[in-house]
Amino acid sequence: MDAILFLIFAAIALGCAVNLVLQTHPIASALSLIGVMGALAALYLLLGGEFIAAAQLIVYAGAIMVLFVFVIMLLNAGAEQESRKRLAAKVLGIPLLVVLLGLVGYVLQNALLPSEGVKFGAFRHGTAQDVGRSLFTIYLLPFEVTSVLILVAILGAVILARKEID
Amino acid sequence: MNFFILSIIKAAIVAFVLLTTLAYLQWIERKVIAHIQLRVGPRRVGPHGLLQPLADVIKLLTKEDMLPSHVNKVFYLLASFLAGMFALISISVIPFGTEINIGGIRTSMQLTDLNFGVLFILGLSGIGVYGVALAGWASNNKYSLLGGLRSSAQMISYELPLAMAIAAPLLMLNTLSFREVVNGQSGYYFGFLPRWTIFQGPFPQVVSFLLFVVAAFAETNRVPFDLPEAENELVAGFHTEYSSMKFAAFFMAEYANMVTVSCVATLLFLGGWLPPFPPEYGSNYVPSLIFVIGGGLALYHGINPARPFDRITLPVAGIVFLGVAAMLLVPVVAAILLPLFWFAAKVGVILFLYIWVRGTLPRFRYDQLMSFAWTVMFPVAVVNLFVTGLLVAIVSK
Repeated sequence: MDAILFLIFAAIALGCAVNLVLQTHPIASALSLIGVMGALAALYLLLGGEFIAAAQLIVYAGAIMVLFVFVIMLLNAGAEQESRKRLAAKVLGIPLLVVLLGLVGYVLQNALLPSEGVKFGAFRHGTAQDVGRSLFTIYLLPFEVTSVLILVAILGAVILARKEID
Repeated sequence: MNFFILSIIKAAIVAFVLLTTLAYLQWIERKVIAHIQLRVGPRRVGPHGLLQPLADVIKLLTKEDMLPSHVNKVFYLLASFLAGMFALISISVIPFGTEINIGGIRTSMQLTDLNFGVLFILGLSGIGVYGVALAGWASNNKYSLLGGLRSSAQMISYELPLAMAIAAPLLMLNTLSFREVVNGQSGYYFGFLPRWTIFQGPFPQVVSFLLFVVAAFAETNRVPFDLPEAENELVAGFHTEYSSMKFAAFFMAEYANMVTVSCVATLLFLGGWLPPFPPEYGSNYVPSLIFVIGGGLALYHGINPARPFDRITLPVAGIVFLGVAAMLLVPVVAAILLPLFWFAAKVGVILFLYIWVRGTLPRFRYDQLMSFAWTVMFPVAVVNLFVTGLLVAIVSK
């Protein structure tokens, strides 16, 4: 059951990701990206990361992508023009992409993944309590540094917007 | 397999009740607003216009399904689908009552008890904006686009105070599951004051409740925050180009969101299905008493009719009310219906507030709407969350 659901949502995520690149219209691409986010949330949920899944849905699919769509709508961006490609890009593009993906996959499999596979439902520390506890104990410094970084980014955005008005 | 059959039956019941509620909520809204404005409201179809929702559904189903030639077809159709779908999914994590036992089968009055149900609702309300935004954009019409843009900006802005208003009572209850949220509010202070979060120590969540209700009005695009469909500026806003069932999807989504938000407010702040005073003081007999009074009044007015057809309709209503009152006294039925009654009563009060406000308040100006969110609601929500967190930390030490 878990494996079937995993395959379904993995297929949705991949399909949406490919569609994101292939679509020429910004709104269609943005919606595909939302599909990827949603499918990723479902995958996190399958792996037991329930809080991360909800955060993915609220923050990425719900807040960040709404702003993307908002800006695209506000600028009323039209469909992308097909640029003229070189012959080499047309011929070699897809084979090189496949080679790159294969290499990345190989390296990741060798370097990162542990030898035993992932078991569905084996991970039981994905609740809000667990995530909160580790954020404020083990990962306190990265958490605080990230929040300061975001604060700086917000201040920068405010200053840039101020200058525009004057 | 038993689980699947049970889930399907429960889903069918919830869907039927929800859709009927949505249809009749619209009838109630028209009636209440009519009486606020000294009119009588719908009364041609059926007694007191009670069959009006049915007539409206038939009208919407049989109207010509127009597809304007200038729209972006895929997104135009997708928008109404998304709006309807996300609005209806949220109801699946709302608990309506305690665990019940019918013929040996124990089940909870809830489709699914997610242990992060509150976050799930927040996530869905965040995604729900795409239906409106996309509808505005795909309609390829400047009024629609302005409506869609207003809606996105408004919903992003008001989601912050909404989420922070939700966070404060959760800090006190220490859970994210709706069922646990309600269980954490059971019991009474001094034997009569319910431990609902708006009364619960260390910090009664009155401010959170007010913030939540105001932000919820904005999230559901209702008066006084209905700028996305302000008819005197934008024709009908984001759904200007929609007709027949596609329009009905948006209409239904708006009412479904109202119901969901009222349910969440009831669960988080008003103790869900818990009675407002303990059974020792007779809270189990209040529903029966209300129905007896209602039935008695209906019978009295049926005997002294103000209009000719009241002679038939009101006695029927009165007998039905008295029957319900009698049923609520049967212990087996009461165990199921009493929690449902209190839940529905609290949700009904909040829904009535929605309608009341619509009949009373004028619309905000757009800049007022935005500055209200960022300069009033947001700071108040932050301070409220800090104070709650501080007091919870002090008390738990």
